[in-house]
Amino acid sequence: MAIQVINDKCRGCKLCVRACPFDAVDMVGKLAVVNEKCTACAQCVAACPFNAIEQTASEEGSVDLSAYKDVWVYTEQRAGKLMNVALELLGEGSKLAKEIGDRKVCAVLVGYETDHLIPELYAYGADVVYQIDYPLLKNFTTDGYTKVMTDAIKEYRPEIVLFGATHIGRDLAPRIAARLDTGLTADCTRLDVNTGNYINYLKKYTTLDTAGMDPNSEDKTLKQTRPAFGGNIMATIICPKTRPQMATVRPGVMSKLEKDETRKGKLVEVVHNLKRSDIRTEVVEVVKAAKELVSLTDAEIICSGGRGLGDPSGFELIRRLADTVGGVVGSSRAAVDAGWIDHSHQVGQTGTTVKPKIYFACGISGAIQHLAGMQTSDIIIAINKDADAPIFEVADYGIVGDLYKVVPKIIDEWNRVKEELNK
Amino acid sequence: MSFKIIVCAKQVPDTNEVKIDPIKNTLIREGVPSILNHDDANALEEALKIKDRYKDTHITVITMGPPQAKDLLIECLAMGADEGILVSDRALGGSDTWATSNALAAAVKKIGEYDLIFAGRQAIDGDTAQVGPQLAEKLNLPQVTYVKEFAMDGKDITVKRALEDGYELIKLKLPCVLTAIKELNSPRYMSVGGIYDAVGKEIPVWGAKELEIDLDTVGLEASPTNVFRSFTPAPKGKGVIIERDTVEETAKVLLEMLQEKYIIA
Repeated sequence: MAIQVINDKCRGCKLCVRACPFDAVDMVGKLAVVNEKCTACAQCVAACPFNAIEQTASEEGSVDLSAYKDVWVYTEQRAGKLMNVALELLGEGSKLAKEIGDRKVCAVLVGYETDHLIPELYAYGADVVYQIDYPLLKNFTTDGYTKVMTDAIKEYRPEIVLFGATHIGRDLAPRIAARLDTGLTADCTRLDVNTGNYINYLKKYTTLDTAGMDPNSEDKTLKQTRPAFGGNIMATIICPKTRPQMATVRPGVMSKLEKDETRKGKLVEVVHNLKRSDIRTEVVEVVKAAKELVSLTDAEIICSGGRGLGDPSGFELIRRLADTVGGVVGSSRAAVDAGWIDHSHQVGQTGTTVKPKIYFACGISGAIQHLAGMQTSDIIIAINKDADAPIFEVADYGIVGDLYKVVPKIIDEWNRVKEELNK
Repeated sequence: MSFKIIVCAKQVPDTNEVKIDPIKNTLIREGVPSILNHDDANALEEALKIKDRYKDTHITVITMGPPQAKDLLIECLAMGADEGILVSDRALGGSDTWATSNALAAAVKKIGEYDLIFAGRQAIDGDTAQVGPQLAEKLNLPQVTYVKEFAMDGKDITVKRALEDGYELIKLKLPCVLTAIKELNSPRYMSVGGIYDAVGKEIPVWGAKELEIDLDTVGLEASPTNVFRSFTPAPKGKGVIIERDTVEETAKVLLEMLQEKYIIA
């Protein structure tokens, strides 16, 4: 894909220059010229009132794409426990397999002494479990896991491979993609095969013109949507020429299937030839943090503070609110960047994506990067001095005022209501 | 003892400063400064700390980007790096992470001798965290990502790799690729002397020809991933603003509303 300006149509209005997130359009005289910073994001195509900019498709590759079948999920386990995101991806993988039609969703289970996890994988939707079980795979190592995964992908040729965008998934997936010379899309928040569903999504949640898209298209490529440019825009990425199509997916975004313990699947024990000398790192120990464990993804209530707190001590108030309502403390990127609170509390594009029942945003203006990580919360309550803050655009309940005055009153009122309810 | 260290850095727009035009629902990019990517500053700082200890250590910073990315290299030189190389060519434009790592790997190979490669975990404009591992793969080097603590003893490296709920303690040997996160250190400022020296330094520009790279492995057309569509998300429907004479009443009304909707019960 490439972006081209049709010179006779360009009127030199510069709207594309303004629209481009990457500073990739220059004006040469009265003509827009695309420079090398272009990432083909097509913001300019949408912005041009004269249809003077087009996105051109690239030539098809020579790889036989039809030889690749099935949807694989790397079902990450740590110390014999499956990560939540692995189960979420089995749910999403089942959806995609159905959309392609006549495809299976397969779990790839890598580790040592992992047999006990297999029934759980079936119960959450895996039709097939590819198990790679070996003492050298007890702890995650980039070298060891990359080798066995790459060899298995080459052997069985899945069409799609999904990973959780965890610290391990984001280490492993790029290495595998590079070894296979295929594409990888990071931190996806939505996946579509069916074009009709994708168009419906665009219509509902975006302002993008979908007129040129055919909802009945037979196109079965994976449309991988993710926040880009610090979460300020969303981009849908495709991998048209190579297989498998690979993506890492944000934890907490996709839905698990209902657990069905009667479900059965097929087990395939994958043959591998991993040797000790293949692994060039030594994991001395894996340490669970002694510090407060912030499980933002599992929290039903999150109380977040941002730049509006003014200083780090503001988080004492946020903590009091969290203790009162039975929630955990979150924060915006600005508060983390300022050094007021540890990154593990950060909600947003570069932090954790959350969808709690209640989200309190205190002194958070609502940069898109933050909104991207919390706007699917059931109920959002925003407290901010600035009535024009974008957080109020997504809030169900907004209070314009000084959080240091408002939050203590909410705490009092919450306690009072709870007491009454308990009577 | 001395080491040859390569640091990979990227010039990025400060995405924290980007705002959305609420009426047109488009990005407002005007006035957004270009900065040295945060994690990359941590990568450079760790290299500089090695140089503080072993004076003869040589640090080369490479960056890939448009001609103006030279400013970033000057900043890195002013912080204390010895050499900056700009990888820049129209033919490299639009590269995805696979193609970018091909170009960077070619640059590293052209530099030739090195003991250690540091990069930032991810850049704030793309947030992919893929180039570090993919560069390591192209160079067939071991990697550790999310490095939050680093120690070296000759060719032996010990690092802590951050996990969501703790860390891994990992040992490995040089040469290798490490990607840095914020927790690793606090980057130093440019020194006055450093700025003075940096401005005069020559910064070589390597294009596809100098890199002797196959044009089928770089740039927009060669990249396995393409942008299909991009858009600004539409905001969710607006809720209610609660406004009463006193803060007490406002809080009370909020709680009543939450109760009415059975959000607290």
